[in-house]
Amino acid sequence: MPDRRPRLRGILGQITTIAVTLLGLLLLTFIIGRMMPADPVRAMVGEDATRETYEQVFRQLGLDRPLWEQFLRYLGDVLSGDFGNSIRTGKPVIEDILHVMPATMELATFAILIGAGLGIPLGVTAAVNKDRWPDHLVRVFSLFGHSMPIFWTGMIALIVFYAALGWVGGSGRMSQFYIGMVPDRTGFLLIDSAIAGQWDVFRSAVNHLILPASLLGYSSSAYITRMTRSFMLDQLGQEYMTTARVKGLSRGQTIWRHAFGNIRVQLVTIVALAYGSLLEGAVLIETVFAWPGFGQYLTNNLIIGDMNAVMTCVLIVGVIFIGLNLLSDILYRLFDPRTK
Amino acid sequence: MTQTLRLPAPLLAARNIVTFLLRQPTSAFGVIVLAALILTALFAPLIAPHDPYVQNLNNVLQPPGNGHPFGTDELGRDIFSRLVWGARITLTIIFLVTIVVGPIGMIVGTVSGYFGGKVDMVMMRVTDIFLSFPSLILSLAFVAALGPSLNNAIIAIGLTAWPPIARLARAETMTFRNADYIAAARLQGTSPLRIIVKSIMPMCLPSVVIRLTLNMATVILTAAGLGFLGLGAQPPLPEWGAMIATGRRYMIDSWWLVTFPGLSILCVSLAFNLLGDGLRDALDPKQMNRR
Amino acid sequence: MQGPILDVKNLSIRYHGASADAVRKVSFTLGRERLGIVGESGSGKSTVGRALLRLLPGATITADTLRFEDADLLALSEREMLKVRGRRMSMILQDPKFSLNPIRRVGQQVAETCLRHFPVSRAEARVKTLEMLAAVKIRDPERVHDLYPHEISGGMGQRVMIAMMLLADPDLVIADEPTSALDVTVRLQVLNILDALVRDRGIGLIMISHDLNLVRNFCDRVLIMYAGRVVETLDARDMDAARHPYTRGLLAAQPRIGGSRAPLAVLDRRPEWQEEMAP
Repeated sequence: MPDRRPRLRGILGQITTIAVTLLGLLLLTFIIGRMMPADPVRAMVGEDATRETYEQVFRQLGLDRPLWEQFLRYLGDVLSGDFGNSIRTGKPVIEDILHVMPATMELATFAILIGAGLGIPLGVTAAVNKDRWPDHLVRVFSLFGHSMPIFWTGMIALIVFYAALGWVGGSGRMSQFYIGMVPDRTGFLLIDSAIAGQWDVFRSAVNHLILPASLLGYSSSAYITRMTRSFMLDQLGQEYMTTARVKGLSRGQTIWRHAFGNIRVQLVTIVALAYGSLLEGAVLIETVFAWPGFGQYLTNNLIIGDMNAVMTCVLIVGVIFIGLNLLSDILYRLFDPRTK
Repeated sequence: MTQTLRLPAPLLAARNIVTFLLRQPTSAFGVIVLAALILTALFAPLIAPHDPYVQNLNNVLQPPGNGHPFGTDELGRDIFSRLVWGARITLTIIFLVTIVVGPIGMIVGTVSGYFGGKVDMVMMRVTDIFLSFPSLILSLAFVAALGPSLNNAIIAIGLTAWPPIARLARAETMTFRNADYIAAARLQGTSPLRIIVKSIMPMCLPSVVIRLTLNMATVILTAAGLGFLGLGAQPPLPEWGAMIATGRRYMIDSWWLVTFPGLSILCVSLAFNLLGDGLRDALDPKQMNRR
Repeated sequence: MQGPILDVKNLSIRYHGASADAVRKVSFTLGRERLGIVGESGSGKSTVGRALLRLLPGATITADTLRFEDADLLALSEREMLKVRGRRMSMILQDPKFSLNPIRRVGQQVAETCLRHFPVSRAEARVKTLEMLAAVKIRDPERVHDLYPHEISGGMGQRVMIAMMLLADPDLVIADEPTSALDVTVRLQVLNILDALVRDRGIGLIMISHDLNLVRNFCDRVLIMYAGRVVETLDARDMDAARHPYTRGLLAAQPRIGGSRAPLAVLDRRPEWQEEMAP
């Protein structure tokens, strides 16, 4: 029987690491929250409140206690699932965030499909044709995607494809006309409209999704292309590729069956990480396209200084990132026979 | 003697690198754009035909031409002149972020790599926490905490951009921590501080500089993004991202308000990316010999 | 089938961007026999092997004749070459650590040869694979079939390689330094397995090696290559009668157990050998 102890210790070590990172994350969001200039008490009680009311709320929130005690209290609240209420709407912020998340996930999922669908074949092409013109072309194309300010490209694309050509829908998730026609079941508009059989709404949603998703996808394809190319180059130089050719496989078969087959696991981890960084682009692209998702929620609350909402948003992004890192790690362990 | 002998070597290397970069069309583009950016920023008063802040309400939203090569904005200001002056802001951001990020990353990385053990563990945990956010989101949060302004945007970007540099400096430090000359210095009783500052930091410098160049494209895009969201430079400063944000309201009828500032951002960030790409090749000895 | 399996006349190979030919005017024929090609690193011996399979991207191959059985190897299209490689001519590579795909099961990789060249089902391919693994003296084929390359030893890996390359019953096998990556203790074992299979099935063998002793024991005839040229061709039995000074130098440089303890002779290398015609 193989010795399982080192593996177990590895897992325990990883769990400790994650716990420490999460704790640090909470500390960071706590510090950011405390540094915010907006006065949470004033925002809750209003401008006309008496001094007594103000101080009562001040104490209720625990703001008179030392900072470390406030942090412990924050920690306790978060662990029990209480992320505080939005100062603006008065509702628990976590509810608000869960409400806007599907819109962003719909956008990000389509974007990653486009990004991977574009980046992986381009990366393979570049690697197979290293230092020849397809490689240079792919390099410039992907550096371009990496260099563009996505909020600007979004506007230019709106001017060209929506205002001038009329090929796609404009801002928002669907035309104004359809808003409220589909009952909100999952929050994913494509799924909801399909369930309801409202194909007009579905078409409108696709029309509005295609442009922001393509732009996000293009910008994430830069990273995917670069990594695919370098993974492929590693494989193409390996001796087992010669073995496959000697067996009588064609060049295409050796590239796709053997070399590409061997980088699949690595690619999945890369795509998982790229999915996380889409959140970044989403913040900007959602503002440009008036997309009612997580990014827009975050920026709106940043501007009005809603402390609880901002802290929770930052925390969620951090957790998603850690989760995706962990996921890619697990996938690697599961699917690469050499790690067993 | 040593001084006079030593000085030409790095200069010669720098010249070789620039020659190499200029020989390829892609990285030559990068060098030229950055040179143009620096010259524009230096000579902004001479290049700009108009004052970037003077409003002319009789001449608003004019299309390009007629004495205004890139047109005028909603307050009648000359867009070309604003872009020229904006180059100074871009350069300031690049400069300040570099002097915030370089030292922080360097200190954390070298100290962590030199001492190892618990110090290393704690510092790398902190680095990991910062790395577990996309840089724009963390910058957003910092700016929200500090209040929106150009300076705060620069601080926020600086605070989020140091972890990769620290990782790199740490890795470099660990490769020559056990080198004989470091051991010799330690045996002579040299203090760790002195060893780090005098012997280790200079060794890390070249790769850190390259890495900073590569990261600059991201820094520029983040700064522009913050400006666009209204969390960076505030009006009437002619920051390119902020210019796009104000131009957004008029973009359907007056395309030039957003087009030219965006192209400027694209050019500069593309230039840094191409330059970084070229630098990586230039410093790879195998590539150098082949060309 | 009578007549030579392979007929090579004046084969020259030049890598793109190189100033000189890597292989110059090499000629030899091969029947149902075992031919050794011996030379030091860089003598062009491996290049000859890969040129026969037309697996030299980035090199130009020229020859007066390059005939493999009924096929002119220079005239075959790439599509026709695909039917030659693995089916009629195959090659055993040097180091199983690198020449086996690390993330595919060993059996799958062997079966791929079968599936590529014969219209068989996966189950039939599996049966053939297990037979072949048994033929290379792997004791528990069922178990080895499902292992990954990193889970088997080097000697086992090379036996898997032999199984993979002999499965389609080719007429010619090129063994490119088949044992130099293996532990000394298993070299002979692997070579004996290869030798037995080649003899039983009447397969032509080209053994490329830098080890003169090994080649003289396992081959009928030996080509000595130096700087891209064949300097001498000998029957393995007549090795001691070698005339060319380079061959004699190689022989003198072989250590012998129980031999003299004087330092081994240093190889003499003369530029004129590169020009001189082979006898």
